[in-house]
Amino acid sequence: MGRHVLRRLLQMIPVFVGATLLIFLMVNVMGDPVAGLCGERACDPATAAQLRREFGLDQPVWRQYLTYMGKVFTGDFGTAFNGQPVTELMATAFPVTVRLTVVAVLFEVVVGVTLGVVTGLRRGRPVDTAVLLATLVVISVPTFVTGLLLQLLLGIKWQWIRPSVRAGGFDELIVPGLVLASVSLAYVTRLTRTSLAENRRSDYVRTAVAKGLPRRRVVTRHLLRNSLIPVVTFIGTDIGALMGGAIVTERIFNIHGVGYQLYQGILRQNSQTVVGFVTVLVLVFLVANLLVDLLYAVLDPRIRHA
Amino acid sequence: MRRSTHARRVACVVAALVLAATGCAGAGAGGNGGAVLSSSWADPQNPLEPANTNEVQGGKVLDMIFRGLKRYDPKTGKARDWLARSIETRDSRTFTVRLKNGWIFSNGEKVTARSFVDAWNYGASLRNNQKNAYFFGYIDGYDEVHPQSGRQRADTLSGLKVVDDHTFTVRLNQKFSGFPDTLGYAAFAPLPRAFFTDHAAWVRKPVGNGPYTIESYTKGAQMYLKKWDGYPGPDKARNDGVTLLVYTDSNTAYTDLLAGNLDLADDIPAAQLKNVKSDLGERYLNTPAGIIQTLAFPYYDEAWSRPGAEKVRTGLSMAINRRQITDTIFRGTRTPATDWTSPVLGAAGGYKKGLCGRACAYDPGRARELIEEGGGIPGGRLTVTYNADSGSHRQWVDAVCNSINNALGDDRACVGNPVGTFADFRNQLGGHRMTGPFRAGWQMDYPLIQNFLQPLYYTGASSNDGAWSNEEFDRLVDRANAETDPARSVALFQRAEEVVRDHMAAIPLWYQNGNAGYSERLSHVALNPFSVPVYNEIRVG
Repeated sequence: MGRHVLRRLLQMIPVFVGATLLIFLMVNVMGDPVAGLCGERACDPATAAQLRREFGLDQPVWRQYLTYMGKVFTGDFGTAFNGQPVTELMATAFPVTVRLTVVAVLFEVVVGVTLGVVTGLRRGRPVDTAVLLATLVVISVPTFVTGLLLQLLLGIKWQWIRPSVRAGGFDELIVPGLVLASVSLAYVTRLTRTSLAENRRSDYVRTAVAKGLPRRRVVTRHLLRNSLIPVVTFIGTDIGALMGGAIVTERIFNIHGVGYQLYQGILRQNSQTVVGFVTVLVLVFLVANLLVDLLYAVLDPRIRHA
Repeated sequence: MRRSTHARRVACVVAALVLAATGCAGAGAGGNGGAVLSSSWADPQNPLEPANTNEVQGGKVLDMIFRGLKRYDPKTGKARDWLARSIETRDSRTFTVRLKNGWIFSNGEKVTARSFVDAWNYGASLRNNQKNAYFFGYIDGYDEVHPQSGRQRADTLSGLKVVDDHTFTVRLNQKFSGFPDTLGYAAFAPLPRAFFTDHAAWVRKPVGNGPYTIESYTKGAQMYLKKWDGYPGPDKARNDGVTLLVYTDSNTAYTDLLAGNLDLADDIPAAQLKNVKSDLGERYLNTPAGIIQTLAFPYYDEAWSRPGAEKVRTGLSMAINRRQITDTIFRGTRTPATDWTSPVLGAAGGYKKGLCGRACAYDPGRARELIEEGGGIPGGRLTVTYNADSGSHRQWVDAVCNSINNALGDDRACVGNPVGTFADFRNQLGGHRMTGPFRAGWQMDYPLIQNFLQPLYYTGASSNDGAWSNEEFDRLVDRANAETDPARSVALFQRAEEVVRDHMAAIPLWYQNGNAGYSERLSHVALNPFSVPVYNEIRVG
């Protein structure tokens, strides 16, 4: 197990370097960040030149990358254009998005897996058909439609919730979390259902049933443990996707999280913000993937030796 | 047995995650209660310093916490003396500024001549990266403090002299009779000593001399501005305070307004314009602002600067059905332009309805003729470049192109060319990479006809992105600036504007209104000519 973990950790290094380099190059291709700083007019050349010097934008890209990475390891992510350190932006943005993601993942796990188990055990019955249809609808409707619709109905028509999020506490994030989770939730349901239905016919389940084990024990210990492997993979990789993909949801519900900061950063071509946030997101992806792999090994001991 | 411990472990991990997430949350709610109103806001782009704020959101705050030598009347836009007792000149070049007594900053410090001189020197200095530095460009010695290239050679503007506590003089590097009227702009605000001694702390929580003080500021979330009881000015706040709430999207702000969670939204999203009347009725404001949209041309491109091209440009102008576009797309929040300024200037200030004449009237037949006479559209096809990230530029550019295509009877005569972000758009403009007309919006800095013409069409001016150059225009502007009599100065500016018209240097499209909606709790809500709510006049309850 230790070797397995170590190998996975070492694999993360080139991925991290490659991913950050890519995002760095992409942000640089977007053009001169200083150009859009002065409103509708052109910045006066002297100020623009000085700003460029201060942000290190007059250096060659490879040099900028090296300096940047060097600073990142000391925890310095640079300064955003409004004079705020990027770390400060992160300190306000990430907790909110983490909470949003937690809510979303909880929905995925609790609702998604439950529905998956229920339908998987009752294939072809009316419940199964109904849930399948529902998931089809959820998957095919874009998030922003679901979001705006819920906001309109729950927020304005029925006044059950505030249409916008103020402080970003858990209670306020339930509806946005559901919206964010909706598509993945549908996938989790379908994945669990298929996986469960497949394993139900396998030999070890038949053996377990033949041994006379109680049905609950067969389902939870034998069936679920194996059937959840693809689901765990999906949810694990989805954590990163949820954090990075919250742009739409955060905009609709006025959540000042990672998605909002990224959107602002891209709009204002603020390379420091964009690169900083994406770097952290890359780390989140990597750690989530690592956790998935480790969980794999726990769920299925055969994988450890592979 | 084993199962229960396992479950407990999982629960602990989840709880730890949750605690970690809540533990870091630092968003404190601003103190509400009393007659405090909430208003929509967006994160200012730059640190909140007077000479560094060039967009509406930051300007909104500066307007609440600062008062300058002059103030623009919220209704008429006319510059009136505020902290200034008098601003006198004999030659339109050297101005003597006398201050009123009794003005203080909210931290108790007196506002003196030095508060202004120090602030202006700070704003002009290249070292401080102030984005509005060019506002001080008229003052003598600007070249030394803020050279176009190379190191700065002086720390202070040689044109500024403190005479005594309440008097200072300003010497300009050219005649500019309108100069006193520019002094209402936020960049010219006075600054307290604390700004210079502890700059970092000041930027976290700015201190000014206006009717409000900043009580709390959570960057990116909200700012609570409290009425300053000790404010010595005549325009005291009529409410107890304002909470500015940052919204990620103007649609959400509008939704919140409808749901009763927000008192004032000063940016009605274009998509809601068709509902806004039925949603809000009388509580919807739609008033003229000093903003004009135009189509500018790349004169660095041979094809657009050749003789005869002005006929093509005039023809294009006549091919645009402004009335139809403002009615259908903007639902009356824009007014078809008939000159190159704005109605907020008023007739005395230089707005001249119909100055554009037939060249701005929709006439597809004549448009076709003119474009043909002028040698046709350069390259046979028109591309209109705009940034697609904000506003509803895509809709109107498509409509303008549609109008031109219809007039010319050619489906492919004009196409829009969207650029992803504003920064990239600016970048391409700065690099002189346009091959056809491009969007050129202009929001006035101060209500002067000079501000609508000189920065945009004067040779080499800061916002002359198309690099238009005309000797006659430049000469008329110089003469207008030197003229001490306001009426004669305005008349000369209008003659310069006629030069712009005859050459169709840029096609005027429409004047823009400010829009806002407010809740039933509020009354006396109005927008000033800069489309910013006049917060201190608003009454709650």
